[in-house]
Amino acid sequence: MSGPSNYQPKSAFGKWMHERLPVMELVQGQALDFPTPKNLNYWWTFGAILAVMLVAQLITGIVLAMHYTPHVSMAFDSVEHIMRDVNSGWLLRYLHANGASMFFIAVYIHIFRGMYYGSYKAPREVLWMIGVLIYLVMMATAFMGYVLPWGQMSFWGAKVITNLFSAIPFVGESVTTWLWGGYSVDNPTLNRFFSLHYLLPFVLAGLVGLHIWALHVPGNGNPTGVNVKGSQDTVSFHPYYTMKDAFAIVVFMILFSAFTFFAPNYLGHAINYLPANPLATPAHIVPEWFYLPFYAILRAIPDKLGGVIAMFGSILILFFLPWLDTSRVRSGTYRPIFKQFFWVFAIVCVALGYLGSKPAEGAYVFWSRILTAYYFIHFIVILPLLGLLESPKPLPSSISDAVLAKKKPLAPAE
Amino acid sequence: MKKMLKTLAIATAGFLLLAGAASAATGQKDAKAISYSFEGPFGTFDKGQLQRGYKVYKEVCSSCHSMRLVSFRNLSEHGGPGFSAEQVKALAATFTVKDGPGSDGEMFDRPGLPSDRFPSPFANEQAAGAANGGAVPPDLSLITKFRPGWYGTFNQLLNGIGGPQYVYSVLTGYEEPTAEIKAEMPEGKHYNPYFANGHFISMAAPLVDGQVTFDDGAPNTVDAMARDVSAFLAWTAEPKMEERKSLGFMVLIYLAVLAGLLYFVKKKIWADQH
Amino acid sequence: MSTAVHADVNRRDFLFIATGAVATLGAALTAWPFISQMNPDASVLALATVEVDLAPIAEGQEITLKWRGNPVFVRHRTAKEIELAKAVKLDELIDTNARSENVKDGDPATDENRVVGGKETFIVMMGVCTHLGCVPIGNEGDFGVVEGHAKSGGWFCPCHGSMYDTAGRVRKGPAGENLHVPKYQYLTDTKILIG
Repeated sequence: MSGPSNYQPKSAFGKWMHERLPVMELVQGQALDFPTPKNLNYWWTFGAILAVMLVAQLITGIVLAMHYTPHVSMAFDSVEHIMRDVNSGWLLRYLHANGASMFFIAVYIHIFRGMYYGSYKAPREVLWMIGVLIYLVMMATAFMGYVLPWGQMSFWGAKVITNLFSAIPFVGESVTTWLWGGYSVDNPTLNRFFSLHYLLPFVLAGLVGLHIWALHVPGNGNPTGVNVKGSQDTVSFHPYYTMKDAFAIVVFMILFSAFTFFAPNYLGHAINYLPANPLATPAHIVPEWFYLPFYAILRAIPDKLGGVIAMFGSILILFFLPWLDTSRVRSGTYRPIFKQFFWVFAIVCVALGYLGSKPAEGAYVFWSRILTAYYFIHFIVILPLLGLLESPKPLPSSISDAVLAKKKPLAPAE
Repeated sequence: MKKMLKTLAIATAGFLLLAGAASAATGQKDAKAISYSFEGPFGTFDKGQLQRGYKVYKEVCSSCHSMRLVSFRNLSEHGGPGFSAEQVKALAATFTVKDGPGSDGEMFDRPGLPSDRFPSPFANEQAAGAANGGAVPPDLSLITKFRPGWYGTFNQLLNGIGGPQYVYSVLTGYEEPTAEIKAEMPEGKHYNPYFANGHFISMAAPLVDGQVTFDDGAPNTVDAMARDVSAFLAWTAEPKMEERKSLGFMVLIYLAVLAGLLYFVKKKIWADQH
Repeated sequence: MSTAVHADVNRRDFLFIATGAVATLGAALTAWPFISQMNPDASVLALATVEVDLAPIAEGQEITLKWRGNPVFVRHRTAKEIELAKAVKLDELIDTNARSENVKDGDPATDENRVVGGKETFIVMMGVCTHLGCVPIGNEGDFGVVEGHAKSGGWFCPCHGSMYDTAGRVRKGPAGENLHVPKYQYLTDTKILIG
């Protein structure tokens, strides 16, 4: 943590609570007075945005669960009942569905911020790894959540992805049967997915607590990557960043509302408004947009097990990023060559996503393979070499100096 | 600033590419791009059109197509065709619904009540298929949401998925097949290039000019009836559409105001740092 | 000088106060749908009223129907049952309150107040014992009309022994209230609307 607190309880009740459960001291130390680098840009607001989105999904999800029935003969109709009969049900459902997409937009920006500014570097390796774990749990949660409406895409997406486990040598079939609770995706699967979908967000909340704890030990990174040297480099989190985060959150809500109210089904699949039919496969089985890059990687490898390994590997490799990137310099701001490779990597991810939405044939497969190879090369070859070979730009001596340097050209002439 | 704009541009392009539709169903001809009163952020349903569309459903479609997610009482609810409670009571009574078991253990028929759902014309899916040469007439409650009229990521962002247009196009899109098409057309099917599952549809053209008479003398050509019933089906799929758009407008205004206020608060607080 | 500082503080505070007020308003408006979604939804409200055809119910007969999840007794009373109900004096009753949604709160439990519009032939009451909620049995108990071996009218609750008379008023505990009469009205002479 960052030093002894100067919390002084003001009321008699405050004193009484402080002796028994020092919540106010914790809040004051970690959320209000917490010294935060004064040069954070708006890319740093996405942590708070993510926290808000987690709460939003939790609350909308809990109220939806008051009206949803997790049985194959009733699930689809119960969702339509929510849309048509439950007071404001249509709003709750659209908030939850579009909220999931917004959650992933924010998490991808948050991750890419980390990759650009070297937020994963020492001493924040564990913070980064908890983050990757959070991302994995988010993906599991969203996958199971999409199955719940029991539409055509819910069913067939579940079938395709759970079938992947059969690729595991020796135990694959048993594991898949165990996951299904039967011989195919059916009611036992739906019921357990509902239970786990309700559970995992609370696991997420716990992981987020650890994530923030791990952050508060060294304190926030900053765009220069230069460590905080003293109080001249920081401001208190409140009101500087509470208000900046509040502004960013509201702007984010504008985008969220634009989708929810004016294009509520755009980010989904139309075919999911058709009830699940185990005997009729849709023309194109596609996962939700936030899985598309991994779907492309999965299909790029011709071997089933190979595809599964590549797909999970593409996420698991993130755990090793703190050690794969050998650069002594944290922030991409001062790494001109790295900067270019970063943008190439970002474009490759987007391109893989595009390819994931296309049928697995012809040129699409060809390019998926090229880009999958590049994805891994970025982590295994490019990043390690860059750290050793690149000559970074000179770093500012401190955060304050960097802030002052930025202001210099704006010094008034009058 | 430039970097932020570049980032935003790539992110937006990327995001839009990832989101949105997969590719088109094989061979489905893009739906005819007619417009409706309820399109766009300020669109509303035309009550008269919805009432005519209901009549078309009742007199033409309901003999084969169920609409099991819609209740009769929805017809008098806000944001819909705007029938009165009495009208709904009367029109519900023209339907026969199954109820029971009675005290004798048997199911029985009775006239519909406003609280009932629209009854299905067939007892179950298998009966529906058996009566229609193996093809099951789809339930129409959500058809304008699961049948896109066109595809394309940006296309769908700007123009919606064209669900009502799909229904309109199928209803007005029957064509006489050429000799070579006729050769590959299975027995008993009909040629319709707008159909989502290939060009051969099991349903014969259901509409003919003058088929349904409207009390107010509104036009009842195939084109007019197709527009009306497709608009009606847009309502059955999204009965809360008007409420959604009007609330959305107010939410966006509110958020813009709050964002503006918070921006100035932020600027004020940070003034001593700049 | 001091006025300039004062004005500056005012403007800054006004901004903060205005923002806080707008934010609080938004929070309250946002919270509303989450609270209202727990209220009965449209499909439940649609079943909030039920029409009952009285014609098939013969004299001395009673039907039980389900309304808002609870049983409702609709009984076609015999002349003797009505006479017996009217003969009871108010001070003989355990509960003198009419317990009817169709009269004012606190009106006495006269037989007239236990029915609607002077139509005393039919009596409509919740079939829920006011003690702990069991469903009382009709034509039982000590407060119906007895003719030889035949009992007519009156109700007996098997759970703890409460008894009700031919107007559904509690005459023996442990129940403390008369059977509740729901809101209902005559649509025609032979059709009522409950709820």
